[in-house]
Amino acid sequence: MDTIFATATARGRSGLAVVRISGPEAFTGAAALCGRLPEPRVAALRRLRWDGEVLDEALVLAFLEGASFTGEDVVELQVHGGPAVVSAVLRALSAQPGLRLADPGEFTRRALENGMLDLTQVEGLADLIDAETEAQRRQAVRVLSGSVGARVEAWRRDLVRAAALLEATIDFVDEDVPVDVTPEVLGLLDGLLAELRREANGVVAAERIRNGFEVAIVGAPNVGKSTLLNQLAGREAAITSEIAGTTRDVIEVRMDVRGLPVTFLDTAGLRETLDPLERAGISRARARAKAADLRVFLLDDGDIPDLLRVPGDILVEGKADQRLATPGRLAVSGLTGSGVSELMDRVGEALEDRAGSPGALVRERHRVAVATAVTALEEVRQEVVKDHSRVELTAEGMRSSIRALDALVGRVDVEDLLSEIFASFCIGK
Amino acid sequence: MKHYDVIVIGGGHAGVEAATAAARMGVSVAMITLRIEAIGAMSCNPAIGGLGKGHLVREIDALDGLMGRMADKAGIQFRLLNRRKGPAVQGPRAQIDRRLYREAVQRELRDHSGLTVLEGEVEQLVIDGAAISGVVLASGERILSRNVVLTAGTFLNGIIHIGNRKMKGGRLGDRPSAILADQLSGLGLPVGRLKTGTPPRLDGRTIDWGQLETQAGDEIPVMLSMLSSAPVVRQVSCRIAHTCERTHEIVRDSLGLSAMYGGHIDGVGPRYCPSIEDKVVRFADKTSHQVFLEPEGLDDHTVYPNGLSTSLPEEVQNRYIQSIAGLEKAVILQPGYAIEYDYFDPRALLRTLQTKSLPGLYFAGQINGTTGYEEAAAQGLVAGLNAAAAARGDTEVVFGRAESYIGVMVDDLTSRGVTEPYRMFTSRAEFRLTVRADNADQRLTEKGIAVGCVKESRMQQYQAKVATLSCARERLKAVSFTPKELNAVGVMVSPDGGRRDGHKILSISGVDQAALLELSPAFVAIEPEVFVQIQTEAIYEQYSDRQAQEVSSLKRQEGQAIPRGFNYASISGLSNELKQKLSRVEPQDMLQASRIEGITPAALVLLLAHLRKPPVARQSE
Repeated sequence: MDTIFATATARGRSGLAVVRISGPEAFTGAAALCGRLPEPRVAALRRLRWDGEVLDEALVLAFLEGASFTGEDVVELQVHGGPAVVSAVLRALSAQPGLRLADPGEFTRRALENGMLDLTQVEGLADLIDAETEAQRRQAVRVLSGSVGARVEAWRRDLVRAAALLEATIDFVDEDVPVDVTPEVLGLLDGLLAELRREANGVVAAERIRNGFEVAIVGAPNVGKSTLLNQLAGREAAITSEIAGTTRDVIEVRMDVRGLPVTFLDTAGLRETLDPLERAGISRARARAKAADLRVFLLDDGDIPDLLRVPGDILVEGKADQRLATPGRLAVSGLTGSGVSELMDRVGEALEDRAGSPGALVRERHRVAVATAVTALEEVRQEVVKDHSRVELTAEGMRSSIRALDALVGRVDVEDLLSEIFASFCIGK
Repeated sequence: MKHYDVIVIGGGHAGVEAATAAARMGVSVAMITLRIEAIGAMSCNPAIGGLGKGHLVREIDALDGLMGRMADKAGIQFRLLNRRKGPAVQGPRAQIDRRLYREAVQRELRDHSGLTVLEGEVEQLVIDGAAISGVVLASGERILSRNVVLTAGTFLNGIIHIGNRKMKGGRLGDRPSAILADQLSGLGLPVGRLKTGTPPRLDGRTIDWGQLETQAGDEIPVMLSMLSSAPVVRQVSCRIAHTCERTHEIVRDSLGLSAMYGGHIDGVGPRYCPSIEDKVVRFADKTSHQVFLEPEGLDDHTVYPNGLSTSLPEEVQNRYIQSIAGLEKAVILQPGYAIEYDYFDPRALLRTLQTKSLPGLYFAGQINGTTGYEEAAAQGLVAGLNAAAAARGDTEVVFGRAESYIGVMVDDLTSRGVTEPYRMFTSRAEFRLTVRADNADQRLTEKGIAVGCVKESRMQQYQAKVATLSCARERLKAVSFTPKELNAVGVMVSPDGGRRDGHKILSISGVDQAALLELSPAFVAIEPEVFVQIQTEAIYEQYSDRQAQEVSSLKRQEGQAIPRGFNYASISGLSNELKQKLSRVEPQDMLQASRIEGITPAALVLLLAHLRKPPVARQSE
């Protein structure tokens, strides 16, 4: 019997959220996060830690087998109700051996199977369970009507189409179906993979929403990076001077940009130097800038650095108070603050983009589903590229990825595939 | 008054398998058919097997049914479809000499112990209280039995359409069974209407064969039955013709005269077998369609132009046929026609194919909304086995989705019903990689032996085969080789892997017996067929674990039975829509319930809760 876990409370921002763990590994799984468990049925405050990080402070309750909701060993963690807290706890739990996310209604099912609920209780619970599916329905509607709706619908269409093409070459060999479906299938797979990977990265964005983004200000020495940072911070966070190479260490300033937590990094000016201290500063600057989510390049003479630059980074000209900007390029002045709010807008936009579109992957289960599907589709892609003689294996990969994505795109029935085949090809020799 | 343990009504492919399966089980069986000479007739295309269908034939064969052996006796061209793809999706198929097939079947029935064939029309079922007790023939004769298998095919309220002409009949030249149809609909069994079409039959002597592309059979024929080794009659080729723009123009200009397009037919036709009218309308941008010219027999000039089914008037059929290159002078022997017929919603059936409402009455074949000889025969087998098991007081014989295509079909039919004539495809089988045509006997013969439908001779043959396979498997597993040794004989594996045994090596793509012989002389003793079979197993072995997990969850749900007559209305948390659906479908277990359209996880939990409620409490409600 697996040990299962899930949030027992509704999703979304709330004061508290209850994460329930049930099954033989419930106690060890919970203890891995909270340390020693309290006595059964006695609440105790515990700090939840995982991977060297404190996740939250939680009220922990343990119930023994035979005296719990499901009839199994159960631990309930009452955590703070922020989505980021909950998803961090769920992720930590999913890393415990023997634990997995519960299927819909699974706690109740176990309660029934273990004889913990009689019929009236189940009926009383029915409302609750219905609320769960109603929430699922509402969520599905929201996902479908929101910004991601069209995309999810397109995935479904592409999945059905790709699977149908492969199945057509299997089931209708003597018919007028294309012999080589490889190019179309590959096209569909590449599109799907790109989108699904991006969607999976949306989870990385969620992570960022919890931990904050990092934006590095980079540029040659003495272009006004520290002045800009101080302007942003509204205080003298960094020492500024006329002397090039003043900043040696990385200075951090945390801010709120359009509701996103952002840490701006002031870094040492990039240049060739013999000063060992400055060189150490520069190499640290490079490392941090490279790891940052976004880089703002502060330009001096219109020269564009640098190996560090990646698409999407922002180029601005500094010291706008002292000279005219190149037409079409944003100029800022750390001294006067001119151009700074435009810069913040640009940073905000770029990060919002990167925050992805929260909405599709609202559940941890969805993230797992997408990751599984991506792996399966990657295998399919390899098979398709390699050789078509094992088309039944390729088709099997399509089937597993579709099964994995059921949660997002809904169930793809064999009837859907057949409809696609019959609509596209003239079957019937 | 005559009495039999089992009565089978109908002598088509479902009837033949039902009657012989029941007889093999050792009960007394009467087959009642309109015309003895029509038993085993193939009224549609002259071919048996194919993708999904070939799987069904192999499964029937594994349970010692007739179809595979008969087809091998009458086969005039054998082709293994998807030969270049993986073994899981290969399907054996044969062109059949109609007369030879019919004769082979009739001979088999004549000599069959425990089986009596009677000619006559069943006009009525005799119902005794809440169960069936026999049948009444049109002659007035009454025959008693507590187990009746009805395989009426398209004969219930059948109407044949040629252009705007229509006539009653189940097959051109045969009578429909209207009285019986009335009685059945009086029983409250839900009825639907379907249609299907046939092409005109051509006189082969008037076809200019020289102009046409040839499609020959396989050099090494793969037989449909595991008991056959080679074709027994002369082998021939098929030809392929192509329609042209002119053909399409003729059809398009006459659409108003077509029974199907003129609004004379209400039934739903199959999408995978569209009429030429459908093709021209739905795929208007295609300038040509293939037509397979299939010979109907070795000494029969009739040719079946597969791909040209129609319900246009004869005169139009003539014109469009003659617009096709090679068929300019072709003479039509029998015009194409469409047929509309009643079917019974198979959701009214149990997995044994017994009707839920009338114990003892079984339905099999086209009457359940399927199409195809193979689908019909497989259902006949299931119904026959269960009718006999019931007569003997044995437990029912049911097939699961994870073990067979038969199980897939019966589950699809009984839990989801049909919206168009149901045909088997390999894509319907979720365990396609492990449920294959090549291992049908290993999947089912054991089960057949247990229920008692496998005769001694096949049992011995099967057991010998199993012994040979396991011996060869052991031999392969006993030796192992280093990557270096493998690379030396051209089997490319990564050099850092460990030793691989002979069985593992077989799953490497491109490895054949020759390569293994170079590695070890120990493999000489393995027969090539055995080798191929083991290689197939090895290829898919890595997938069987993944599938095994799903199979076990499927089996768990199958194991949670829902009692007959369960009161869904009493579940207060269920929506009315679901209550109605569940009451109508009457799922036999949680698996069937979970496959009902629109069912939610919450509804399943509630259902489970009620099922687990102690019986006493349920009464007090």
